[in-house]
Amino acid sequence: MDSKQNIIEIQHVNKVYGTSYKTQVLYDINLDIKDRSFVSIIGQSGSGKSTLLNIVGTLDHPTDGDIFIAGKSTQHMKKSQITKLRSEMIGFIFQFHYLLPEFTAYENIIMPMRIQGKRITPEISNRAYELMELMGILEVKDNPANNMSGGQQQRTAIARALMSNPKIVLADEPTGNLDSDSTEQVYKLLREINNKYHTTFLVITHDRRIAEKADRIIEIKDGRINMDIDNSLNY
Amino acid sequence: MFPLKIALRFLKKSLGQTLLIVLGIGIGISIQIFLGSLIGGLQADLVDSTIGNRSQITIRNAQEDSYISNYREILNDLNSEDDLKCASTSIDASGFLIDGEETEPIYVRGFDFELADKIYDIQDNLVEGHIPSEDSQVLLGKDLFASLKLSLNDNFKINIPLKGETTVEVVGVVDFKAANINSLWVLSPTALMQPLLGVQDVVSQIEIQVNKVFDAKIIAQRIANSVGQEYYVTNWMDENEDLLSALSAQSSSSLMIQVFVTISVVLGIASVLAISVIQKSKQIGILKAMGIKNSQASLIFLYEGLLLGIMGALCGVLLGVGLSLSFTTFALTSTGEPVVNLLFDPVQILTAALIGIVASAIASLIPAWKSSKLSVIEVIRNG
Repeated sequence: MDSKQNIIEIQHVNKVYGTSYKTQVLYDINLDIKDRSFVSIIGQSGSGKSTLLNIVGTLDHPTDGDIFIAGKSTQHMKKSQITKLRSEMIGFIFQFHYLLPEFTAYENIIMPMRIQGKRITPEISNRAYELMELMGILEVKDNPANNMSGGQQQRTAIARALMSNPKIVLADEPTGNLDSDSTEQVYKLLREINNKYHTTFLVITHDRRIAEKADRIIEIKDGRINMDIDNSLNY
Repeated sequence: MFPLKIALRFLKKSLGQTLLIVLGIGIGISIQIFLGSLIGGLQADLVDSTIGNRSQITIRNAQEDSYISNYREILNDLNSEDDLKCASTSIDASGFLIDGEETEPIYVRGFDFELADKIYDIQDNLVEGHIPSEDSQVLLGKDLFASLKLSLNDNFKINIPLKGETTVEVVGVVDFKAANINSLWVLSPTALMQPLLGVQDVVSQIEIQVNKVFDAKIIAQRIANSVGQEYYVTNWMDENEDLLSALSAQSSSSLMIQVFVTISVVLGIASVLAISVIQKSKQIGILKAMGIKNSQASLIFLYEGLLLGIMGALCGVLLGVGLSLSFTTFALTSTGEPVVNLLFDPVQILTAALIGIVASAIASLIPAWKSSKLSVIEVIRNG
């Protein structure tokens, strides 16, 4: 796949919540996301950006429309096929780290591999250590998830999202809970990974300074695309 | 194995909760084991004291006051039956014991002592003296012996009305722990009774004990079929319907208690696991977002139920056996014997443990189903 190809295609996506009191959150969204790109999504709270991200990540279903991941339509996929696609192609980073407190940092990071039923080979283990080193959390590898600082937890969650070498990483305000220094660091890391592993990033952020460092900035307003800027030349 | 690993971690993380529920299951199972061995012991005691030292199946001539002449042949046939513990013969008659001026009504039982000992434990029940070695020697019931103020080796007469009279020597005293027998029975050799009654080589009845007392009815029917209509076969179960209904009432009430204990164990586990699903919904949600299948998500809770069940069963067996042992050690009669001899049945203990494990697995079905239905997006959206 060359860098010009679309890894994500969003076609005529509408999302309506509720049955008796219907609230439309997304209105006919059409978007193509290029492979290896670093895209930021901005918008006010309640604008529908998280819903869009969850739909792209196949965690939520659109009311209408279709999502193509690496050229494959997800509209008519069975649950098991979607689960498989998700575990192999997509990594998630949420505002809340959602680490499993029952497991250590290292165990949390290799969890996606276990879910895929893979044996933990020295290669897999090495990759986990490499990611931990990149994230600067090697010294807390054996700490239980709830025995780390907020920044360490979030960086562990990022390492976990990258563990299965996903083509796409979807991040919903990954630094929402972090101070500005940590925020800066985390974005540098994400950008580094984007360059090093050619991972496509779709990142929701409130921080305009951060958004401006992306290749492309998309603004969602009231469930519609309000602005779509190619920023790759500026960055 | 991945869901098992997660289940183990979840249990380990909430150790206090895990230990509490294990203890809960354990107590449930231990009550079942204790109750089972207590009721089992009580029933065994009751059955043993009622029919342990008496004939459980009896063959008589179908015609009243007639004897069995081919008893050796019948005994031979009975020997080939696997279900029988022992068989003995007796030739009996009511009469009087005459000691000088004193006369007492008695029931004389003519035994082949070697065979009869297997049913009546005569040797073990001897209070003094010895088993008759000559045809003219007899044993007396304890109360009868005491009321006549006799001494060992005293002679007295036995009179069977309309049949005859003979002089015998008392060589031993037996205590069958039943007042009516102790005050009435005189045990004599068969060879004393046959001439006294003026009969040849015949007996009044053949007495049988079986290995499984509750099979007596079926075995009696089989024997009745094989000996033919000439003989009348009775069994203890037909003669003790009151005892049987008491035993079955005891069994069903114990079963009811066990059923309710099981239900409370199931409800306990189900509610704890249901709460656990809510507690762990974030974890389950994120695991699902990472690609865990719904079936694996439910397996986590099934494994939790199963693990709790296994640990609870182990704990329950230990507690139950411990409780039972301490009961037999500390609950004693004035003579220092346990109030009730508990009956440890490995099958019953294993069944109680298995019921605990299966009940725990069943109890985890609803939480498992909930876990599989948990929507990732709900968890993510609601934080």
